[in-house]
Amino acid sequence: MTPRPEAVRRFSFLRARVLEALIRYGFMVLFALVLFAIILLIAGKDPIQSYRDILTSTLGSTYGLSEVLVAMTPMLLTALAVALPSRLVLINVGVEGQLYMGACLATWGALTFSGLPGWILLPGMILLGMIGGSLWAFIPGLLRALGLVNETITTLLLNSVAPMIVSFFVFGFWHSPMDTNKTPNFVPAARLPTLFGTRIDVSLLLALALLLIFWLLMRYTRWGLEIRAIGGNPQAALRNGIPVRGYVISVMCVGGAIAGLAGMAQVSGFYGVLLANFSRGTGYMGFLISWLAGGDPLGIVLTSFVVAVITTGGNLLQLTRDLPYAVINILLAFTLFVVLARPSLRRSRRSA
Amino acid sequence: MTLLSILGVLSSAVFSGTSLLYTTLGEIIDQRSGTVNLGLEGVLLVSASAGFALTSITGQPYLGLLVAMLAGGLMNLVMGYLTVTRRANQLASGLALMFFGFGLSAWIGRPYVGAKINGLPRIALPGISNLPVLYASLFRFDLLIYLAVPAAVLVWWLLFRTRWGLGLRAVGESADIAFASGRNPRRIRYQALFVGGLLAGLGAAHLSIAYAMNWTEYMTAGRGFIAVALVIFSKWHPLRAIGGALLFSGAVAFQLLLQSSGFQISPFLLSTIPYVVTILVLVLWGGTRSHSAPASLGRVYQGSE
Amino acid sequence: MPDTASTVPHSQPLIRLRGICKAFPGVVANDRIDLDIYPAEIHALLGENGAGKSTLVKILYGFYGADSGRIELDGRPLSVGSPHDARAAHIGLVFQDLALIPAFSVAENVALFLPDLDPVIDMQQVCSRLNALSGQYGLQVDPLQAVASLSIGEMQKVEILKLLMSNARVLILDEPTRVLAPHEVDSLLEVLRNLRSAGYAIVLITHKLNEVLACADRITVLRRGRLSGTLPGKEATEAGLIDLMFEKGLAPLEFDRVSGSVGQSPILELRGASTRTQGTETPLADLELAIHPGEIVGVAGVSGNGQKELADLLLGIKRCASGRKLLHGEDVSHKSVRTLRSRGVSFIPENPLAMATIPFMSVLENFALTDSRRYARWGGMRLDWPAAERDLVASAEKLQFSMPISAPARSLSGGNLQRMVIVRELARSPRLIIASYLTRGLDVQSAQAARKALIQARAEGCAILLISEDLEELFSLSDRLLVLYEGRVVGSFRPAETSMHEVGYLMTGSAVSNDPQA
Repeated sequence: MTPRPEAVRRFSFLRARVLEALIRYGFMVLFALVLFAIILLIAGKDPIQSYRDILTSTLGSTYGLSEVLVAMTPMLLTALAVALPSRLVLINVGVEGQLYMGACLATWGALTFSGLPGWILLPGMILLGMIGGSLWAFIPGLLRALGLVNETITTLLLNSVAPMIVSFFVFGFWHSPMDTNKTPNFVPAARLPTLFGTRIDVSLLLALALLLIFWLLMRYTRWGLEIRAIGGNPQAALRNGIPVRGYVISVMCVGGAIAGLAGMAQVSGFYGVLLANFSRGTGYMGFLISWLAGGDPLGIVLTSFVVAVITTGGNLLQLTRDLPYAVINILLAFTLFVVLARPSLRRSRRSA
Repeated sequence: MTLLSILGVLSSAVFSGTSLLYTTLGEIIDQRSGTVNLGLEGVLLVSASAGFALTSITGQPYLGLLVAMLAGGLMNLVMGYLTVTRRANQLASGLALMFFGFGLSAWIGRPYVGAKINGLPRIALPGISNLPVLYASLFRFDLLIYLAVPAAVLVWWLLFRTRWGLGLRAVGESADIAFASGRNPRRIRYQALFVGGLLAGLGAAHLSIAYAMNWTEYMTAGRGFIAVALVIFSKWHPLRAIGGALLFSGAVAFQLLLQSSGFQISPFLLSTIPYVVTILVLVLWGGTRSHSAPASLGRVYQGSE
Repeated sequence: MPDTASTVPHSQPLIRLRGICKAFPGVVANDRIDLDIYPAEIHALLGENGAGKSTLVKILYGFYGADSGRIELDGRPLSVGSPHDARAAHIGLVFQDLALIPAFSVAENVALFLPDLDPVIDMQQVCSRLNALSGQYGLQVDPLQAVASLSIGEMQKVEILKLLMSNARVLILDEPTRVLAPHEVDSLLEVLRNLRSAGYAIVLITHKLNEVLACADRITVLRRGRLSGTLPGKEATEAGLIDLMFEKGLAPLEFDRVSGSVGQSPILELRGASTRTQGTETPLADLELAIHPGEIVGVAGVSGNGQKELADLLLGIKRCASGRKLLHGEDVSHKSVRTLRSRGVSFIPENPLAMATIPFMSVLENFALTDSRRYARWGGMRLDWPAAERDLVASAEKLQFSMPISAPARSLSGGNLQRMVIVRELARSPRLIIASYLTRGLDVQSAQAARKALIQARAEGCAILLISEDLEELFSLSDRLLVLYEGRVVGSFRPAETSMHEVGYLMTGSAVSNDPQA
């Protein structure tokens, strides 16, 4: 018997699928670029020049590329935090809130134990961040497992609560002497180390590692098989003896932990301080990225990269072209609209 | 805790809650027809910026109001195109719309950051002016505030006393049954989204034109999501939304009140209470399986719509 | 509204169906059916599950198009392309799953379907019209009550009111009494009689003989898609109707009734087990059941009388509200599905795609899923696919099935899917198999293969509970036969001791046997 014939077949199928997806998305991004070009023209800017600027500033220099990677890191983590529960057909739109809670708990660690050396403090903060996010996801997970409330609603509601809790601490116990809306800067021991003198911190490596683990988990392990089974047909999974409830709760918690890690990375790596309302939809962006990529790890990496290029390039647009940075959201939104408006494509990717 | 301070809290809650109420009423109509609009935040921003911009240009606040309403309706139609015609996932479409709103509103509003406008004129009801000045000043409201509760009643009447409303609610409960009764669910959902957008635009207009009277990026500060929560809290009923809007927006003012009587509690923690209550209400009365949520929303929240 | 005068039988039928044929892939649902529907008459459409009754009325109501045949209304040809056309022709249908919105009140549900509703709804008027109609025909419902809080019997009345207020002349009711309590049945029949006196034409689809005999003016019996007979109600007898519904005599035995050694102590027992009602499910009441190794216990009954609940209860998905469940003498009333499966309980459901397989996963993956612990290596980090494949192939060979290992489950035909499930469930050498409608929807070959597999398992000492609506199958395979009706066991025999007639009686609730249970 040939060893695992279906695995070999699956691999080339995977490659063909990725290629197909790339081409499709290429066309869609192109279409969105055209739409946005119209906006640029209306605003009196030269679209070709603007696009060229975006590309050269981001991909044309090492600094630009490093900035893209910096922007990419939180997206990878938040998207993963959505992707894992999505395999169970759980909708974790609460990444935003889990992000905040992870940041919150990690900040507590940074501020309380600022005397500890980095090699103890940082792993501790990572752990705290994951615990914070995990707790915030546990409640919706439990309520869903007990069949009480849908996790979509509870996570949405908790999304609004988390920033308020953070604000409570920031404006209250933790505020720095100079600014009331942020904490004092973290001590160096509480900062995630950066790589090669850029702003990229080790959380990028963590993110990639976690994505790899996710891929391996779903492909090869027994738990991945059972998770995919629940996602494919919960009734059948139940009758096969798979403990659906247990998986719902644990998967939500793991997703929350990853989102919490993203939050910790934001405050410890990127900002170095906890700022009230620091997230401008990072969590929601992760949700969209995971949804666009169909929960597929490789797709998440590629999609995050594209989105990061756009947002980082948008920075340059602001600096040199006199457009407010937020306008880049329009390009992002157009890309999303174009993808959303073609449901036939989405459906063919839903084959897990 | 004097009468003045209590009335002050009330007045403050009314001022800030009006925009929330209109927005919530609009979202109630949408959700009753089966659409969950997570992009409300973006809709509000675009409406607020457009309305403010026009008021700044023309000096006519009521004109700005109209433009804001229209902007809201149009934004929601985009949502309609994605979710009804292209049958895209509602949650993702809403979030995409939110990002679109971030960008579009920033673009529209940029020339007007820091601009000053004449807000909506404030009128005192006859009889109020007889009261001492301090009290009277608390209760000089603009037109939108006076119309807020009547608007809620109007929405209630539309939903529960007209044929259109019956069909709309039927679509939100079961599009199949609505179709079987000879109705066109898609057209109805478009209509609901447009009307809902008009109301949301009205809420946004009140925020930028009457309440804050300025424009800054992200000025809605999460009101879109607050409205979604408020819809659940009011169990999709327009009249309950009135009390809910007061509750959700009164927290900050309430905190000041408590503070003045020596009771220190963070406004942030107070603001979380309505959400916690909403979750408790859902847990105790059965989430989306209760008979208060439109039945087809269940599919939205499970991602199959 | 039809004229109220007549108790005089009309000479012309209101609706005539001639030569209706309808085939679906794999099954002929209607084979040249003729039906006459007269005004002021209750016409019962009688037959077993799968006889074609629902299909026929759905054709009349415009859900399906007939392959051939014609429909006439008042002597003129009628084309019914959709339910809208049917309603325009004043034909109304009350489905088994009622088309009501639970959150709305009765009045709102009715108003939704009113063709002449004002833009501003005058609820008063709707309510008073409702009250007038309900008083006239005994359809007591409170117009302002929410439908969700109504009993099923009351919901049906609302459906009937909907039809009346939309000016229907023909009322079709599809198995209305399936989920009604006895007094509600009486109430409904009384309503139907009132409507008949007012001139409405009523078609009543049912499998319950007592109802038919109680109120039908005309009876048409279908059997396996064919017209078995039509007769006036006055001339009908229980025995005669059963003859028309079921095949005469016993089917030829297909298998060797080699009664192997049946174990003495039962593998599975239910003692006084009951379940709670949930929604439209049929609660089980006081079940006593014992299955021994090496025996096939068949469960006969019209579907909807508690079969699904029984299977769920035995598998562990449903808990006993009272009573106990014993496996090998050990109380397992509260054990999880996983535990039961690890103790040798297997399950073959009737709709493998929906209930037992993961559509996008391959056959091999579906196979490994059931026993993932066995194939887990390194604590679950890896799965031993070669070992799984070996077991799969071994089991398939033993059963003489051929399995496409890497094809996704959803690409398999119904018959092959069922084979796949059987291969999977039997691979673990189970001690108890619960087979629920094993051969429903299968082609003849696949059905035979499935039955052979069961026989093979029995020969190896496995205990089998076979739930089926196919009496031939039950009679040929079972060592013992139980009849399930409305959640109770109403008969227990060896096939040789009874006949299909008697079982048919019990299945349709006519003569509730006094046989001691189990």
